[in-house]
Amino acid sequence: MSAAEEVVAEGHEAVEAVPKRAMTLGTGTSLLVLLLLIAVPLFAKNFVIFQLTQLLYLGLAVLALNILTGGSGQFSLGQSAFYGIGAYVTAVMMEQFNVPYFLCLPVAAVVCFGAGFLFGQPALRLSGVYLALATFALATAMPQLLKLNFLEKWTGGVQGLVVTKPDAPFGLPMSQDMWLYYFTLVVVIAIYIFSVNLLRSRSGRAFMAIRDNEIAASAMGVNVALYKTLAFGVSAAITGIAGGLSAIAVQFVAPDSFTITLAIQLFLGMVVGGVGWLPGSIVGAAFIIFVPNIAEGISKGLSGAVFGVLLFAVIYLVPHGARQIAILGQQLAGKLRKN
Amino acid sequence: MELFTNQVLAGIATGAIYACMALAVVMIYQAIDHLNFAQGEMAMFSTFISWQLMQWGIPYWGAFIIALALSFVGGIAIERILFKPLAKAPVLTNVAGFIALYAIINSSAGLIWDFTIKQYPTPFGSSPFLGSQLISTHQAGMIGVTVLLLIALYFFFQYTRIGLAMRAAASVPESARLVGINTSWMIALGWGMASAIGAIAGMLIAPVVFLEPNMMGGVLIYGFAAAVLGGLTSPFGAVVGGFLVGIFENLAGTYIPGVGNELKLPIALALIISVLVVKPAGLFGRHIVKRV
Repeated sequence: MSAAEEVVAEGHEAVEAVPKRAMTLGTGTSLLVLLLLIAVPLFAKNFVIFQLTQLLYLGLAVLALNILTGGSGQFSLGQSAFYGIGAYVTAVMMEQFNVPYFLCLPVAAVVCFGAGFLFGQPALRLSGVYLALATFALATAMPQLLKLNFLEKWTGGVQGLVVTKPDAPFGLPMSQDMWLYYFTLVVVIAIYIFSVNLLRSRSGRAFMAIRDNEIAASAMGVNVALYKTLAFGVSAAITGIAGGLSAIAVQFVAPDSFTITLAIQLFLGMVVGGVGWLPGSIVGAAFIIFVPNIAEGISKGLSGAVFGVLLFAVIYLVPHGARQIAILGQQLAGKLRKN
Repeated sequence: MELFTNQVLAGIATGAIYACMALAVVMIYQAIDHLNFAQGEMAMFSTFISWQLMQWGIPYWGAFIIALALSFVGGIAIERILFKPLAKAPVLTNVAGFIALYAIINSSAGLIWDFTIKQYPTPFGSSPFLGSQLISTHQAGMIGVTVLLLIALYFFFQYTRIGLAMRAAASVPESARLVGINTSWMIALGWGMASAIGAIAGMLIAPVVFLEPNMMGGVLIYGFAAAVLGGLTSPFGAVVGGFLVGIFENLAGTYIPGVGNELKLPIALALIISVLVVKPAGLFGRHIVKRV
């Protein structure tokens, strides 16, 4: 193996190009989904509402990874770290400093944006598997860092922190779970709209230019370093908000909830939902929440194997994830309209 | 100074484990251009097969050879059945496939052989090596096997027709097809070889970490790290990387205050990343030039 250099021909991009219009849903479908999301909790039990809340904030975390990978073409296995930071910032502020929960989330976002932006600096030099390893290191380090002794005063060390669930404000006749669901829904929709607009903006075009061809992008005058770190920052900030929401909903944070397993789940969610297709994030989140339960239901001893088989089934049938189904649906609808 | 030498020796001993695994990682990376997350689990499964054979009364080396052959065939079968249909799918979908494979193998091994920790024999014995308390004869044997394997691979890739064909198929598939190489089967062969090397690694590691379905989790992470550090394109780099990671890890645990067992891994990884920032293709890797 003496050849000093190897030339990779074009067309072997790590992340396939998704045109920006294909990244979102049409207005009609969006409204329908929104209506469903608003209506369903009115007819559901508290536990189901809790699961739906879970669906929303995990969907948000998948969305954040989607902006990073599907948008700017950078891969991260370290999302669990930012998720953990967000959760801890929220929990510590709520419990140790008595800050109201809705003020904690912006702070979590800012802190995570800073962390992501800083982490993006060394990550600039790395790509592909090397970047995966770097982010992986971050993910393995985070639970240990949260357990550190001198932070124990605030974080509660290995034991973690219990978070009080907020009541519905203004005396609204709602259970805590339902209020939290609607609160999460509002936050998630706001961030979804922000993300869609971000990807349609100048910055979004810069992300995608970098994803499709970094060298060409820089030749066109895109500040590659700035936009790559920016993508990391934005993704980390959104992940942090998702983490914060999870801390409030689960009412508990502990270092071992934020291990590499979480990062892998988020990654699977992104693949199942369709890389680069933002609405797919919620489908992906549903996969990572419900499929392990289904697998457990089919066989207790072999739940891991059943999960693996189901995952294989999904990636065989739809290698491009839920996006593929959506495209098929669109084509079908188009045909029906013509007839 | 004696503490330092001892820690370096201990590092070399653990490094041998990582070097073995890293070699398997690099093999498959050469063949398919991906890091196989299920590699460690495949090695674990092979080790269990050899253990089962020994339980049935087959002597160590017999079990070793049969397990090796089964792993080779198994690796090829996994590629043909599970991953060939995904060849055209996006890279990230393939990675999801590896994760699925990981879950399947880990859970099946748990069901077949359960999660209790098992003793695994060593052919080299476990007395101190050359009077040193830090390296046992088993670990010395492990280093020896790794080095032998490396030399064998070097000759295979450098001087045999099939080795050359595999390299060609991995680096320029289009041209390789034009000169009549069956690139699809070369990939399958790569899987088989990686699986067999993984089996060797597993059988050498098992006496140290004990046999159980999760035995490879930690080892694989270090193996990846070692492979990336040494350069994913270079089997030699992978072995050197393995020893370096072992030494790093031990020295960090000894000399940096406040680093317990838990922070060893993050610190080793941080060091590796600092190396990568300076040398993005790893210590011995080829720099890949992209065409616009």
